[in-house]
Amino acid sequence: MLETLELVVNGEQRSLEVEPRTLLVHALRDGLGLTGAHIGCDTSQCGTCTVLLGGRAVKSCTVLALQADDAEITTIEGLAELGEIHPIQRAFVEHHGLQCGFCTPGMILTAADLLSRDPDPTDETVRHALRGNLCRCTGYQSVVESIQAAGVAIREGDAQ
Amino acid sequence: MIPAHVRYARASDLDHALTLLAEPDAKAIAGGQSLLPVMKLRIARPSLVVDIARLALRDVGFRDDTLRLGPLTTWSQLIETPELRRPALAAIADCAADIGDLQVRNRGTIGGSLAHADPASDMPAVLLALGANLQLCSTNGERAVPLADFILGPFTTGLGTQELITDIVIPIPASGSGSAYVSVEHPASGFALAGAAALVGPAGERMVAVTGVGGRPFLLPADEDPAEALARAEIFGDRFASEEYRRELAAVVATRALERASERAKEDR
Repeated sequence: MLETLELVVNGEQRSLEVEPRTLLVHALRDGLGLTGAHIGCDTSQCGTCTVLLGGRAVKSCTVLALQADDAEITTIEGLAELGEIHPIQRAFVEHHGLQCGFCTPGMILTAADLLSRDPDPTDETVRHALRGNLCRCTGYQSVVESIQAAGVAIREGDAQ
Repeated sequence: MIPAHVRYARASDLDHALTLLAEPDAKAIAGGQSLLPVMKLRIARPSLVVDIARLALRDVGFRDDTLRLGPLTTWSQLIETPELRRPALAAIADCAADIGDLQVRNRGTIGGSLAHADPASDMPAVLLALGANLQLCSTNGERAVPLADFILGPFTTGLGTQELITDIVIPIPASGSGSAYVSVEHPASGFALAGAAALVGPAGERMVAVTGVGGRPFLLPADEDPAEALARAEIFGDRFASEEYRRELAAVVATRALERASERAKEDR
């Protein structure tokens, strides 16, 4: 039996029919065509499906779509504003924070949650925050550097 | 992996939740960070999930010399509550900060963890050392149960079918107390191979509880050397850590937790 799911995705009110067992990641990808939330492990390990739910990073493979009814969701597609990529996205480009890019949407949205709470994280804080995001290409050093650089850019942007 | 077919109902209040839970194969869901993975593996196949996440049971409060943790309080909320960093309660923040990962801590709830009763989960050890009681509410009324009597074994609790945890009540330790939680985790799963929580009182009184080493977390006899107490305890071994290794590891983390708790007790004077 299908139920109606209403939610705000990337600032836009959306409505779709889902099964009660539908996971948020499937609702986003198959229902709304937002394929930036990737499915890597599907067992809550890898973090590629990370989206922001009410501003906080969650693994969308481990949330029922109906649990997100009325919630605000941000996916990687919604992070750029007015055609300008987000400072975290820019930092990943500039600091080689990705190679194949599969894990990147999850890395960036986890970083967005972290930097919203702590805009000047230590190396250790960044690594602790990334525990639920796996990268199989670059290792993590350049990801950590990207996130710290993004923190600097965001702080400078806020100061202006 | 998609869960088996299931129906979904959102509870509007506690009574509504208890009514919905009358269905024999219904399961309450809050953050879902333990339940959804087992539903996806189809180890759990509830006929109905009752979403209790929007009930007003999500807060941290202090009342009558007790700390009250609403069962829907997430790990992230616990980490962000400054009052839980004071020396006597610091074990709670220690423990919450290392549970799962950032995304899991944003969704996972303390009540969900207690009801799930994974024998390797961390927070039950902390709550045992702090002497927590659970307030439960069912269609027959309310009751209070010490946590030690609530967790019966692996994934098994004394929670009734139409019953929910409504409050976690922790007596605030005397001034001059300190607490700490120390664990050694399996590097891939993050679950504790052995974890220990310690509470040290102003006159050096000690409470130690361990997790990850038996069918359920348990308290060690007060004021006995942890290694001696653990030598007699029933410890399990598996492919990740033998019984012998876990027994030694439990003594190591218990000693470290006691040392850290003692240092913190001094800070609180």
